[in-house]
Amino acid sequence: MAQYLPILYAIAALGGLGILFGLVLGLADKKFAVEVDERVKAVREAVAGANCGACGYAGCDAYAEAVVRGEAAATACTPGGAKTVKAISAIMGVDAEAGEAKVARVRCQGTCENVSPRYDYSGVSSCRAASGIAGGPNACEFGCVGLGDCVAHCAFDAIEIVDGVAVIDDDACTGCGMCISACPRSIIQMLPKDQTVVVMCRNEAIGRIARLQCKTACVGCKRCEKACPSDSIHVIKGVAIIDETTCTRCGACIPVCPMHCIVNFYERDPEGEAAATAQAELLNPKEN
Amino acid sequence: MSPVVKILLFMFSCVLTNNYIFSRFLGVCPFLGVSGKVETAFGMGLAVTFVMTLASLFTYFVYYYVLIPLNLAYLNTIAFILVIASLVQVVEMFLKKSAPSLYSALGIYLPLITTNCAVLGVTILNITEGYNLLYSVLNGTFGALGFLVAIVLMAGVRERLESAKIPAPLKGFPISLVIAGLMSIAFLGFSNMFAGVM
Repeated sequence: MAQYLPILYAIAALGGLGILFGLVLGLADKKFAVEVDERVKAVREAVAGANCGACGYAGCDAYAEAVVRGEAAATACTPGGAKTVKAISAIMGVDAEAGEAKVARVRCQGTCENVSPRYDYSGVSSCRAASGIAGGPNACEFGCVGLGDCVAHCAFDAIEIVDGVAVIDDDACTGCGMCISACPRSIIQMLPKDQTVVVMCRNEAIGRIARLQCKTACVGCKRCEKACPSDSIHVIKGVAIIDETTCTRCGACIPVCPMHCIVNFYERDPEGEAAATAQAELLNPKEN
Repeated sequence: MSPVVKILLFMFSCVLTNNYIFSRFLGVCPFLGVSGKVETAFGMGLAVTFVMTLASLFTYFVYYYVLIPLNLAYLNTIAFILVIASLVQVVEMFLKKSAPSLYSALGIYLPLITTNCAVLGVTILNITEGYNLLYSVLNGTFGALGFLVAIVLMAGVRERLESAKIPAPLKGFPISLVIAGLMSIAFLGFSNMFAGVM
């Protein structure tokens, strides 16, 4: 038995010390207890909780504190959407209305089939790295590089690379905008969810060169400008751009585009359009 | 030599010749992590000073009155970690209550004092050097003062770096590491300064 005594002493000594310090800590916790505003906790639970930074604060905790301090608007959490706004308004006792639901749209159709290759890239798998080398691996230096910087930055798993171009899942996209800053080509744009007509190109090169680079490049022919009844589409710097504040989503520009680079986003997915309209109505009942 | 002169010499040797960061290379993580601003660096230095002094005091008692009588001196490292971790926890609670701005400025680095090897280094050196109670506590305080001097100097340099033109590949941590190395070489100049007197 005697040979086991040192072990017992060791256990007793360290255990005793542990218990003693535990007691001291317990007492200190009572003595130095800091009262945390219950609302901070509640707001923290109401937000989306992805720490995406779309609100402009360091994270969901920082945003929750700012909301309770009255510094941040209840509507700043875009990923949370209307539900979060409602919850925060209830907690804070303010009347806030959700903004227009927005989704990120990749404005490029430069799939492997459409865009001509410039060179065979085998470096680091990053759009930012690849696009810095001789204008990028694709002939078009404005389009999607397809190496997935946006995929890596999306906290909601809403983006995937299909056939060399980033595709965003509208249902999963919360509109936080993290992919926009990740994209070295600035082809991702935040658009209202009901803005279904989108110019799917950012190529600023003159028509002849743009045509060589990609089969669906905007050549700046201005036919869409003439076809638009509400004067909302204009060719600026060689590429058509829709003003979504005046666009009526009539789709008159779509059939006249010789390069098929203006598309109705929900044409391929009629159910999607219904969902988008339903959501838009839900968020902005005034527009009915 | 009068005891006061002796203590003064001990202080200078702790701060300059045996600086925990520049000559013993302990506590480098917070030294690089919290040296962005002089204000937070100073706060961190004070927090470390507080913890190191208390840790030296408590570990002395734990070592000589618990571990030695029970013949458990070989458990000193794990017992000291226990003491330091609890101390840091108490300091954290105390700061959260009494100095919330310092608490949020220190952020993650306050719990990191727990794993700050300089704190454990001081307590173990106290034992191996055979210091008595007074010198153990003084070693803790002065060692932490050396840490404070080092981290505040570093923060001062790094604040100036903010507006300096630095080649892109060296920006941020690379240049900080270069500077830490240069400062270490500078402190090498103090070595053996008190070799004849102490």
